[in-house]
Amino acid sequence: MKRFVYADNAATTPVSQDVLKAMLPYYTEYYGNPSSLYSVGRDAKKPLELAREQVANCLNAFPNEIFFTSGGSEADNWAIKGIAHELAKKGKKHIITSKFEHHAVLHTVQALEKEGFAVTYLEVYENGIVRPEDVEAAIREDTALVSIMYANNEIGTIQPIPEIGAVCKKHKVLFHTDAVQAVGNVVIDVKEQNIDLLSLSGHKLHAPKGVGALYIRRGLRMPNLVDGGAQERGRRAGTENVAGIVGLGVAMQQACATIEERTQRLTKMRDRLIAGASKIERSRLNGDPVKRLPGNFNMCFEGIEGESLLLKLDFAGICASSGSACTSGSLDPSHVLLAIGLPHEIAHGSLRISLSDQNTEEDVDYILEVLPGIVSYLRDMSPLWDEIVRNHA
Amino acid sequence: MAYSEKVMDHFANPRNVGELAGANGIGEVGNSKCGDIMRMYIKVENNIIQDVSFKTFGCGAAIATSSMATELIKGKTIEEALQLTNSAVMEALDGLPPVKVHCSVLAEQAIKAALKNYYENQGIDPTPFIGEIPECHHDHGDSCGCGSCE
Repeated sequence: MKRFVYADNAATTPVSQDVLKAMLPYYTEYYGNPSSLYSVGRDAKKPLELAREQVANCLNAFPNEIFFTSGGSEADNWAIKGIAHELAKKGKKHIITSKFEHHAVLHTVQALEKEGFAVTYLEVYENGIVRPEDVEAAIREDTALVSIMYANNEIGTIQPIPEIGAVCKKHKVLFHTDAVQAVGNVVIDVKEQNIDLLSLSGHKLHAPKGVGALYIRRGLRMPNLVDGGAQERGRRAGTENVAGIVGLGVAMQQACATIEERTQRLTKMRDRLIAGASKIERSRLNGDPVKRLPGNFNMCFEGIEGESLLLKLDFAGICASSGSACTSGSLDPSHVLLAIGLPHEIAHGSLRISLSDQNTEEDVDYILEVLPGIVSYLRDMSPLWDEIVRNHA
Repeated sequence: MAYSEKVMDHFANPRNVGELAGANGIGEVGNSKCGDIMRMYIKVENNIIQDVSFKTFGCGAAIATSSMATELIKGKTIEEALQLTNSAVMEALDGLPPVKVHCSVLAEQAIKAALKNYYENQGIDPTPFIGEIPECHHDHGDSCGCGSCE
């Protein structure tokens, strides 16, 4: 029986009913400008501060360390360019990052390279994990910032953030992490883990698109992102996206309150999915099998191409994604898969399935029922598969 | 990515898929690094392409253009098949997204490669009829080296 299975939650998630319910009054009832004096304005101000607390509590930060943004990319740009420009005044023009960051980080540091900054791109090895000792070895006198993602968006590998934080603290280098994929899936404690800046996004955890936040540790000198009014303590001016921020607060509160049971349930589903799909011959799991996000599945199936696999899955009602060239919009497959050492021809045949708490065991059953048939259908018409079979006969 | 209904139809129900028994011309173009390989099989009798089939490793557009190309040359003379351009394949599919145009180029080249192989099998030098088929190879840079991919 055909089902509809949304399994691309690392791309975005549906807004949850609780989040939507909390947001709606701020469009029609409490529509005032939070900067206004009268009651509909004041009524919109309070929930902003509640949301700030909800976000802060989830990260063990102080509320005044949370600055709302339009999303993860904006937070990444602000964190990296802000610190880079601030510390360049002191002659610090070196940034350390990894080869498989999200483009919001990679393209930002590349833009800084054009301005004359030096960037070190750390290896992520076959398991897709940065080594803290590599971070330490890369730190120089003029290092301004280390930016390493908390968890990778494609292969879901969770980075040793506490260890990297300790290295940065030891060498008095600022540490930023893009935690867009990790928030709500991994226990984050910015104090304990020595994180100076952290980016997050609402729409990955059932809040709406267009809202996110940057955590900036107290006392850090940070240039304003948007000059204008006094919103976000003058650092990011512009009338607040009140409803979106309220949604983010509720989503963060819920994600952190349910983290334990949810990640346990998702990990089981993920492992069942990986075990089932691994029965397909000449398949491989991408990224560390254990140190990975609870809902992340990323596998390659030799001899087929990712986009055609996605289209066939879509016909069967399953929404997923791939790191093939055809889905990346360029001729090269995903930089993440190349960074973990996959050859081009194998990287083209990747499939990412990302589950959220709205997925069920029945969804996993259905994916495992449909996937092997699609892989063998595409292999039957693939001259590359003929060649693989011939070479391994 | 928006594919036309025709592209989706040829992807979902590809025509003439598989190997062709009694083929007297087989051509293969593309490479696995670029993410697409097309292999075209033809059976020529009395200068007419009596039958044709394909096998393709590639994206939705690669499979759809292969399928459409086989339909467009089935029953045609060699001369007619050689005149088939990638634009004609695209037109027949109601267009392709810009990043997928190279798939139609591959389809055109696959037909030429199969005809080249047919001539060779007949002991005839194919060069005067077909000329050089550019090989689509790209290094890990931004642009494809085959010239026709842009």
